[in-house]
Amino acid sequence: MRKKFVSTALFYLVVTGIALVVLFPFLWMLSSSFKTQVDIIAWPPKIFFAPTLQNYRKVFGEQDFLKYFLNSTIVGTAAVGVSLVLGLPAAYSIARFTQRKLAVFILLARLMPGISFLMPWYIVFSRLDLMDSYTALILSHILIALPIVVWIMSSYFSTIPPEMEESAMVDGATRQYAFWKIILPLSGPGIITATTLSFLFSWNNFMFSQVLSMEKTKTLPIAVYNFLSYAEVDWGGVMAAAVAIMAPAIVLTMIFQKYVVKGLTMGAVKG
Amino acid sequence: MIHSSFTERNLPRLFPLPAIVFVALLMVFPVLYTLFLSFTSWSLTSGMPATFVGLNSYARVLTEPRFLSALARTFAFTFFAVAIEGVLGVACALILNRAFVGKSVAKLLLLLPLVATPVAIGIVFNLFYDPTIGLANFVLQSVGLPPGLWISSATSVLPSLVLVDVWQWTPMITLIVLAGLAGMSEEPVEAARIDGASEWQIIRWVTIPMVMPVILTALILRLIDALKTFDIIYAMTGGGPGYASETLNIMGFKYSFEYFRMGQSAVILVVLFVVVFGCSLGIMKLRAASEA
Repeated sequence: MRKKFVSTALFYLVVTGIALVVLFPFLWMLSSSFKTQVDIIAWPPKIFFAPTLQNYRKVFGEQDFLKYFLNSTIVGTAAVGVSLVLGLPAAYSIARFTQRKLAVFILLARLMPGISFLMPWYIVFSRLDLMDSYTALILSHILIALPIVVWIMSSYFSTIPPEMEESAMVDGATRQYAFWKIILPLSGPGIITATTLSFLFSWNNFMFSQVLSMEKTKTLPIAVYNFLSYAEVDWGGVMAAAVAIMAPAIVLTMIFQKYVVKGLTMGAVKG
Repeated sequence: MIHSSFTERNLPRLFPLPAIVFVALLMVFPVLYTLFLSFTSWSLTSGMPATFVGLNSYARVLTEPRFLSALARTFAFTFFAVAIEGVLGVACALILNRAFVGKSVAKLLLLLPLVATPVAIGIVFNLFYDPTIGLANFVLQSVGLPPGLWISSATSVLPSLVLVDVWQWTPMITLIVLAGLAGMSEEPVEAARIDGASEWQIIRWVTIPMVMPVILTALILRLIDALKTFDIIYAMTGGGPGYASETLNIMGFKYSFEYFRMGQSAVILVVLFVVVFGCSLGIMKLRAASEA
């Protein structure tokens, strides 16, 4: 009895330890975002301090973060939208006609280093006068979102029994009709997983936007990074910016927790 | 029932066609273009067109000490990051693999690093590592150790970056292995317990071998991404101090978008591509062999 109590206590101690390690950078970021520069550079580091909103005022007032926020949202939404239009029929085809080579072909986009297409894109988009355009940025982010959509949805479609559309086809429906009217309406959970995950990847993408966007289409990760370019780092400002970029991603994750876990683990667990 | 319309007959080709065209235009064509550029010498800032130089750019880049260090560093970073993440990730999964109060909260917490913007995480760790005001040195000093230079010194920068990667990505291994454990049958564990095996023996000889395919897949996914790590390194050190944390991806980025030496940059990108491809293929073979 006593041994059991000790081992349970030990277990919760370990779990709390893991939780603290995971949470710590977030907590430090959050608390620093409410500190003045003086409090941030104080030694020893301050745990208790008089909180201030000046960093957030700076980020949303002087820095025009709402614009970058809007840019990230536009690019992410458009890229995910187009990826669903392109990816859903492709994923269905891969699942139903077991087109493994096609699956590998599209998933290569996930495997390859992004920079091996980014360099040619840069040359071509400059020639086409598409630098700092939403078009170029959205095209690049589709290549992030599309493989995720295909990866998740082809596994999802293969869990739906083929009898679903076959019985409709026996009744005279075309396969195309069955896909739109029978299979897609059954695919809500898969589509939520694919949408959430690919949006998060687009939201967090740094490299493509760093090269292809400038002032007009600048996305949040670039805006956060640009904070570092000042001579003296404004730590409070950059921490508030970091909170601003992560908050939507974390809220989205909390709402769709179940789907995000499924999306991140599904390919691996199914083998 | 016969559907003879053109769309119906060609559905297996028509449905994936738009996606194929897109990937061909935005991935295959650019990669081939990169391959072509690797046989040229081309400085984008000179205004001159690319000139074909055969294998000259390869000869120049592949013998350059800076490149060879970056190549070795890419492997070192990946090896240590993935090895530590594998061990810690599996250990955490084995610990958390039981019913307990707050399990769903624990799983939510594990998700947070995975969805956190890497650039922002890098910057937060910059503050953490700062030699004069950072918490890292405060912790060291509180336990009586001398302060470290972390990312400001050439010797400690790579381990410090590995630590950030480990913090951010260990939870992914944990979550994948947890999902794998959840899908396992209880019987072999029960049978071993009845035979009098100790908890450790059960983990070592029953549980781990059973989830091994899942662990290996998780490691492959991590390996592919670790070889390509860009955001945290670029944001935290930009490859510095000097070139002390420059990996292939960072070096390729600088050659492309800071020096605009497209021919040599293309060589670096081709090598990076071969490395990522070769490593993934190698591990997949290993995995197939372990299952056979």
